[in-house]
Amino acid sequence: MSAVGSPRTATPLGPRARIAVVVTAVLLLVGGSVGYVMHARQRTEGQRTEADASFALGGPALYFRDTASGRVAHQPLAGARAPGARTAGVRTAGARTTGGPACDRFYASDDGALCLRAKPGVLPKTYAIVLDRQLREKRRITVPGVPTRARVSVSGRMLSWTVFATGDSYATTAFSTRTAILDLRTGYLIKSIENIQLTIDGARYHAPDVNYWGVTFARDDNRFYATVSTKGRTYLVEGNMRNWTAKALRQNVECPSLSPDNTRLAFKKKVSDDPAAPWRLYVLDLRTMRETPLAERHSVDDQAAWLDDDTLAYALPGASGRGSDVWTVPADGTGTPRVAVEGGASPVAVAGTAG
Amino acid sequence: MYLATTGRRDTPAPPRSGGAGRRVPGTVLALGTVSLVTDVSSEMVTAVLPLYLVLGLGLSPLQFGFLDGLFNGAAAIVRLLGGYAADRGRGHKRVAGLGYALSALSRIGLLLAGGATAGIAAALATDRVGKGIRTAPRDALITLSSPPEALGRSFGVHRAMDTTGALLGPLAAFALLWATADAYDAVFVVSFCVGLLGVLLLVLYVPAHQPAPPPLIPAPRGRKAFGALHDPAFRRILAAASLLGAATVGDAFVYLLLQQRLDLPVSWFPLLPLGAAACYLLLAIPAGRIADRVGRRLPFLYGHLALLGVYATLLAPVGGPAPLLLVPVLALLGVFYATTDGVLMALAGPVLPADGRAAGLAVLQTGQALARMLAAAGFGAAWTLWGAGPALWAALSALLVALVGGWALLPRNPVDAPAPGKPGTQIPERRTA
Repeated sequence: MSAVGSPRTATPLGPRARIAVVVTAVLLLVGGSVGYVMHARQRTEGQRTEADASFALGGPALYFRDTASGRVAHQPLAGARAPGARTAGVRTAGARTTGGPACDRFYASDDGALCLRAKPGVLPKTYAIVLDRQLREKRRITVPGVPTRARVSVSGRMLSWTVFATGDSYATTAFSTRTAILDLRTGYLIKSIENIQLTIDGARYHAPDVNYWGVTFARDDNRFYATVSTKGRTYLVEGNMRNWTAKALRQNVECPSLSPDNTRLAFKKKVSDDPAAPWRLYVLDLRTMRETPLAERHSVDDQAAWLDDDTLAYALPGASGRGSDVWTVPADGTGTPRVAVEGGASPVAVAGTAG
Repeated sequence: MYLATTGRRDTPAPPRSGGAGRRVPGTVLALGTVSLVTDVSSEMVTAVLPLYLVLGLGLSPLQFGFLDGLFNGAAAIVRLLGGYAADRGRGHKRVAGLGYALSALSRIGLLLAGGATAGIAAALATDRVGKGIRTAPRDALITLSSPPEALGRSFGVHRAMDTTGALLGPLAAFALLWATADAYDAVFVVSFCVGLLGVLLLVLYVPAHQPAPPPLIPAPRGRKAFGALHDPAFRRILAAASLLGAATVGDAFVYLLLQQRLDLPVSWFPLLPLGAAACYLLLAIPAGRIADRVGRRLPFLYGHLALLGVYATLLAPVGGPAPLLLVPVLALLGVFYATTDGVLMALAGPVLPADGRAAGLAVLQTGQALARMLAAAGFGAAWTLWGAGPALWAALSALLVALVGGWALLPRNPVDAPAPGKPGTQIPERRTA
């Protein structure tokens, strides 16, 4: 190595010595590579992807993806709100229980769950895995792309997921997404909701560049909200499954999440052109259409989850070494954000009252 | 094997200095091998990085795109520094070696960074700095070790080997992910080992360029490094390349347009660049040889006609099956790269003095890259404002104007090329390739 670029000699060694060095180096490097790959293989081989038999949906508990293991875990959700307390309404405590399925994105109702698992490859794929209350696999759908959002309606009947369609489009206009909706009662699957009849500003809207993401369902399992983006703008749309229509309600609303009482939407709003911190969490009151910024000042790139009618949970990039942490914040703009789970993502509250 | 067949099929047409063009210089083959190995290493990481960032770190693709754009801009400046340092007597090999070593080491950075975004960003930046530093000295070494009349072929050979590596890298990466059940760290470690091998091959098999004897007066050295800018012939090449670059909208848009026009399944998307790369790989050597025979000016200009063809095909109201649009667009894109990328270096190399070559090539590459970034931004804005069709018409018109400008600007016959190269002379060559 010391001979790098020595300007006096043409090449540092004679032909035989060079071949000997190359052969030795190739052997060493191949040996090192194979050794590491074997080690990595052994490490990942033991990992289960299904839930342990003892791990099921039940509550009240906070379910989340444990970023260290990549599997779903839960911890108790101390549902009792301190009377009059206006800080984080829900406090979580106690040790986490691991042993859930391996998921890159997770969401659940009391009655079942949706697990998105990425399958990397030249053509990356996502498995959308429908799980029952025991977190056993009921149905599996394979779609191209990288998982990003998952939602299940309160009843457990309607499921939706969004994937990033990968490609070279990252550095150019924007990314492209695909959002699917699955009706478990009829078994009907809409692989991409792009063909829904969209109305913007009262007029039927046609454009090839529409992208939908971040569906959230109302209690009636018919109405839903989502984000559509077209021509560089994002809109909140209210969709209707039965009529298969969607109308844009307002601009600059991404990843809506409907409150349990169905009166408010939590969403991320683009507040800055700084690509390092573009979004801020807001809550929109659907009756007054008034927006309230939440106490969280960090840029949140997540579809928030309501733990109850007063509290939101979401993931933020973790301190060094951790993928992300789950935080909670009051939904009315007061209080301060708190860490609920260190090394967690994809939070969802399960009440555990069903059955 | 490609080398063997093309190396021997000498037609009597151009006068050659005895035997110099018969064999590809050893240094070019060595540099080609280094590039092949290094590209396997770097494309392995490039292929899995979006997945790793989006899945592992929750970084949105938008943020990733921003980081990537930032580093690519920075790389343009580092490239100038690399070229300058190589000419200032640090030696082309040493500067290029530093670049290769930095990129290899950046994999260890990725491994150690774990989930920390800052660490990942630093590792990515290191990789881009390494790539920026090495490009100009490497291309200068190719020009300095090839006979001027066979430069086109030398670059063709180098780029073909380089592209081979770029095609193999992703395959290797996904084979590893498959074998290890998605252990990204294994990809980084193997990429590091492969990168180290590239550095070692460079150290052992690429002869250090003998710098020209130092000038008597040390003062004008600084002027000399970018002295090429005072040379009218070089200035014309730079102006033509930048002008044409400013009408080159970028592959990403072409693939996006293809995908939209054909409503391709999203899963096809990553395969589109592979199609163009395969075509580039096949045509790089023949195109370089044609450039050696008819002069590099015409292939460079005709190559942009292929790009014009890409725009026109995308605009054409083609119905019917997808391959009807897909095959010509990807093939024309491959032709465009084969006839312009290495050929431009072969066009500019002989114009530059040996001791200002790396810096001169760096200026040329940077000018072209900046112009292309501008074109991409402009096209993106036009697409957003007017829609895809009008934006394409604008790009097509801009390219036509740039072609006329390039035709007038590019110096005729900087090397010993026989006068007007007719397109007819290209056709039999391409068929036998």
